[in-house]
Amino acid sequence: MATSTLDRPAGGTTALRGPVRRLSAWLHRHAGVRLAALLTAPLFWLVIAYLGSLAVLFVSALWTVNGFTGEVVRQPTLDNFRTIVTDEVYRTVALRSVGVAAGVTVIDTLIALPMAFYMAKVAKPRHRRWLVVAILTPLWASYLVKAYAWRVLLANGGPVDWLFGGPGSGPGYGLGATVLVLAYLWLPYMILPIYAGLERLPDSLLEASADLGARAGRTFRAVVLPVVVPSVIAGSIFTFSLSLGDYITVQIVGGKTQLIGNLVYVNIGAANNLPFAAALATIPVLIMVVYLVAVRRSGALEEL
Amino acid sequence: MRTGRNLTALAAVGLLALTGCGDGGTATGGSGPGGIKPPRIDKLAALGAGEGQVNVVAWAGYVEDGSTDPKVDWVTDFEKQTGCQVNVKVAGTSDEMVTLMKTGEYDVVSASGDASLRLIYGGDVAPVNTDLISNYKDVFDGLKLKQWNSVDGVAYGVPHGRGANLLMYRTDVVKPAPTSWGAVFDANSPYKGKITAYDSPIYLADAALYLMKHQPELGIKNPYALDDKQFAAAVDLLKKQNEQIGEYWSDYTKEVQAFKAGNSVLGTTWQVIANLATADKAPVEAILPEEGATGWSDTWMVSAKAKHPNCAYRWMDHIISPKANAAVAEWFGEAPSNKLSCAETADKNHCATYHAEDESYFEKVWYWNTPVQQCLDGRTDVKCKDYAAWTQAWTTIKG
Repeated sequence: MATSTLDRPAGGTTALRGPVRRLSAWLHRHAGVRLAALLTAPLFWLVIAYLGSLAVLFVSALWTVNGFTGEVVRQPTLDNFRTIVTDEVYRTVALRSVGVAAGVTVIDTLIALPMAFYMAKVAKPRHRRWLVVAILTPLWASYLVKAYAWRVLLANGGPVDWLFGGPGSGPGYGLGATVLVLAYLWLPYMILPIYAGLERLPDSLLEASADLGARAGRTFRAVVLPVVVPSVIAGSIFTFSLSLGDYITVQIVGGKTQLIGNLVYVNIGAANNLPFAAALATIPVLIMVVYLVAVRRSGALEEL
Repeated sequence: MRTGRNLTALAAVGLLALTGCGDGGTATGGSGPGGIKPPRIDKLAALGAGEGQVNVVAWAGYVEDGSTDPKVDWVTDFEKQTGCQVNVKVAGTSDEMVTLMKTGEYDVVSASGDASLRLIYGGDVAPVNTDLISNYKDVFDGLKLKQWNSVDGVAYGVPHGRGANLLMYRTDVVKPAPTSWGAVFDANSPYKGKITAYDSPIYLADAALYLMKHQPELGIKNPYALDDKQFAAAVDLLKKQNEQIGEYWSDYTKEVQAFKAGNSVLGTTWQVIANLATADKAPVEAILPEEGATGWSDTWMVSAKAKHPNCAYRWMDHIISPKANAAVAEWFGEAPSNKLSCAETADKNHCATYHAEDESYFEKVWYWNTPVQQCLDGRTDVKCKDYAAWTQAWTTIKG
């Protein structure tokens, strides 16, 4: 091999010396192998770790569990899905989870829009970095600590009650508290994409709009909104999917509320019924697929 | 909705028949629930030399070697004396314990009553030769050879400790003081939204226990053996209770905080929670209501596939020895299983607080048990609801 390379008459022999150079030359001549080497690792990740685990999820959703010994029975049946479709409680919980996810997304959008606009367009450029740091700070603290802190804030006679005027006047623990705490937890994931989107919007466009006689409202609708919509959708994918899968916050401040995540959790933890939990877990997967397709239809993903 | 559940039940019945638990399902012979027999596994005949280590699955707080708190350590001395290095895996739930024991990598487990039968009939644990456990003779008789730690008079483990699920209330809010579980099942309760209940399918037994006393026509003999009609009655009772519930609790810090703040004023509890709340100056009282209560009793069991059986036996003997048993009972907050432990506790009132020596108290306690299709109360003419059905019903109750 080595001699054959050196014996080659044309093309700088010095440059081709050494195994690395030889390999690169060989790869240069074999485009297919080059592509395969480049893509094997990511494809391996995508297929095995990502699609593979999803496939296992769907397959195990077709199994059942022997109620007595807890052994998984590997015989395909649609029983799990039949239970989910026919039993009213699963429909109720699925709808409730979608409602919570949508509520959190709307609240986060309403809070994030003015905040991100201020950060990107109003605040002095040298302050922006610090504002981004301030938005990121809550992410440094543990999720659990924040959720338990909210449990104390929302307690009977706690600070939230006091804001609403006396013990028992606040929302207490329940669905409202769940939406509130989730909205707090995921807010940075909405602010940052919107901020990134607005930062790309040149100030000159806003000035041009003003020069042409547009008022603030018109400028917002005609100039800012088209730029910001894809960012909001990007943020909503975070807030929506994170809320849809959450089960810890609702356990801590949800009172007696249960969401899809809780049902998955109890079926794995308490019932040791992994197949049924897998069947339940396909609900959020389907919802997210529908959501992403809808988002794609709107053309927002291409603008990202 | 009904067809769905019937189909699930049918499927479960079919699967049970297919797998043929023990020797042919409901065939005669065994005196276990419904006459089924566990797989035949021989117990250890004689104690040999230690293997150098033992792998333990336990509840948090049961195996402390000083790493949590330097003062809390009953493992280091054991390791020095026996040469058995203790490797512990803490499990969060009974079902996790069952799953871990199925791997065959662990030698002993501190199973609660809602897991032990599954381990026995699943062939995951072996009978225990109690002659090889010198401290076994000092265990309270009320804990030996019970439905959750023995089959056909064969011991499958060593009783560890016990406790009752009590009724706790805020003395400054709940007046008059309750004496019955009726307080948490009252459809017109003045404490609506401030009642709490234990968040687990096993809580269905609490409703069944109440119905056992207050609706005798249902004929409930054992709150863990419920046929279709009895089960439906318990589920209905809990669905009505759901409207009164403020929140369900599953970890005890959450309940302590809720009672302190007043979000909860009435509901089920454990003695250890009442103690913690009182220590935090919350005005609470925990009682054993007139109907009795559900409760739990843990059992150390040895794996059928134990790689270190001799160290496992030494561990089981050690953990119920008076000193170690007293230390665990105080650290965890439970009644010890060894009669001699009460003399070894640091707090001399410990056994009195937890009613350790009060057999008449524990006679009113229905310890957690695994609900299985073969009714635990001995009925053979009906099928009882199994734990999977309990779990699905619990989801429906919470809505």
